[in-house]
Amino acid sequence: MLNPDIYLNQNIFNENIDQKPIRDGYGDALVELGEKNKNVVVLTADLAESTRAHKFAEKFPERFIECGVAEQNMAGIAAGLGVSGKIAFISSYATFSPGKNWETIRTTIIYNDSNVKIAGHHSGIITGPDGATHQATEDIAITRCWPNIKIISPCDYWEAKKATLYSAEVYGPFYLRFVRDKTPIITTEKTPFNFGKIEIFWISENPQLAIFATGHLVYQALLAAKELKEENIDVLVLNVHTIKPLEENKILEISSQVKGIISLEDHQVIGGLGSAIAEVLAKKGGNIPKLVMLGLQNTFGESGTPDELIKKYQMDKEAVKLSVKKLISS
Amino acid sequence: MIEELHENKLRFLEEQAIKIRELIIEMLLEAGSGHSAGPLGMADIFSAFYFHILKHNPQNPNWEERDRLILSNGHICPVRYVAMALAGYFPIEELKTLRKINSRLQGHPHRTSLPGVENTSGPLGEGISQAIGMAISAKLDKKNYHIYCITSDGEHQEGNIWEAYMFLGKNQLSNLTIIIDRNYIQIDGITEEVIPLEPLKQKLESFGLHVLEVDGHNIRAFVDAVREAQSEWKRTSVIIAYTIPGRGIDFMEKKFEWHGKPPNKEEAKKALEELRTLQGKIISEHQ
Repeated sequence: MLNPDIYLNQNIFNENIDQKPIRDGYGDALVELGEKNKNVVVLTADLAESTRAHKFAEKFPERFIECGVAEQNMAGIAAGLGVSGKIAFISSYATFSPGKNWETIRTTIIYNDSNVKIAGHHSGIITGPDGATHQATEDIAITRCWPNIKIISPCDYWEAKKATLYSAEVYGPFYLRFVRDKTPIITTEKTPFNFGKIEIFWISENPQLAIFATGHLVYQALLAAKELKEENIDVLVLNVHTIKPLEENKILEISSQVKGIISLEDHQVIGGLGSAIAEVLAKKGGNIPKLVMLGLQNTFGESGTPDELIKKYQMDKEAVKLSVKKLISS
Repeated sequence: MIEELHENKLRFLEEQAIKIRELIIEMLLEAGSGHSAGPLGMADIFSAFYFHILKHNPQNPNWEERDRLILSNGHICPVRYVAMALAGYFPIEELKTLRKINSRLQGHPHRTSLPGVENTSGPLGEGISQAIGMAISAKLDKKNYHIYCITSDGEHQEGNIWEAYMFLGKNQLSNLTIIIDRNYIQIDGITEEVIPLEPLKQKLESFGLHVLEVDGHNIRAFVDAVREAQSEWKRTSVIIAYTIPGRGIDFMEKKFEWHGKPPNKEEAKKALEELRTLQGKIISEHQ
């Protein structure tokens, strides 16, 4: 059943569930931050509206910096602002930032310890018709390896908003991962956001398996869990919003209770959440459960609708259910 | 405003430049690796910055009102380290730790390792953007400090530099002055043979920048150029400073082979002798 203690959206399993773009959570949070803190500045590289930075731009034009199509320059300017007392948010598509400007960020923001928040939009194949060039599916891999970074991959609008607000409270580099399309609202305004924690969203008394999901696919995991329950298969669904630092103890604690683990991410399984969990389990060694990694399997995405894509690339509830059943019978 | 340079102060700056060169040779010999030509070529300019131009406080490196000196071409950091040590940021003795384990003097400068280093650099082309961020921050906060960004000519082959210039074309920041160390060498040879930068001045002017040219070894002319840059109230100024790589040491001057290597013991001895005997001459040039 849904965890009753964290105020999840009770309409989650209705067909007409409310949907809202995760990126809107970023845009709304920026406006709130702008009102609260005069040191918040927002930059974009010709993607103000698309990254939802435009609302901040309209309200605080003097603190909004349009860099044009120049992601390296944007990162560098933000680095300079971030060491001068500002809290700088850089907004672009994740394939370009932190993709194209990776080394600039590494040197001038991460190693330089500047107070910059990197907002990577259009992550995952759910970006849809734009095709693989614009679907960021390696962004977790290329940021997770950096020292001195905190990474949040929110599951819905509310979590995106809370993650953005939280990132401004803590000095130092953050990577925030957002998606383009409307996605189901899983949490509510009241759901607590605990940075660094893995939250159990679907609880079972005697779970056979645990599904660790991140981002919008948490919804698919929950749908799968509900339908599996109807077939008397008990699982746990965990929302991993904080990719770094990963709550390793929680993963180990859960892994000792279940027969198998599934990771689910709209990202390459190489270097992403699946890899991160594998690292934790392998370091422990001994009697560890088997891990099935769902996500992009060493291939690029393509154009299509979000629904078509997550089905074809086996990240939807059916893929989760199938993997659960295979794991149980193995 | 930067003070006018009086004769006694000029002599002092020239002497400091020679000291900087000597210490560069000594520290590179000790380190066993590092760049020689660029740091030697920029000794006069760093003397001018640390002992005349900059508003700074070595005892309080994070003083909020200080001018910011951004080093974009991080590989010439030996000259910055030496100038900082002479100015009192840290003991001169510590220069011997350059590039060694547990040192604050990293092979390429790291902001959080050494107070007074304003930016982490080494990978080229990234300094101007960071300087722009600092200049915008100063404007937002209505602060009067000035931001200087030192760049190399070779790094002007990086796209990031031109992204930054294009940005400055629109968002003119008069509290930012960029210096280009125009020494015509890079690792693979002469800049104009590798990938030509000329006509550099015209290119920069076409981006809407205020461009000045100066002999980078004439400290008085350089200080005057910085003063002129500061009197430009609207546009960002770029000072193209023509320098001789390896300046002050005959066998290193204008040789791109000395871009990325340190002297050995014998070469260092010869270099130090040259510097010490040249000392009188350099002063007399300006008399």
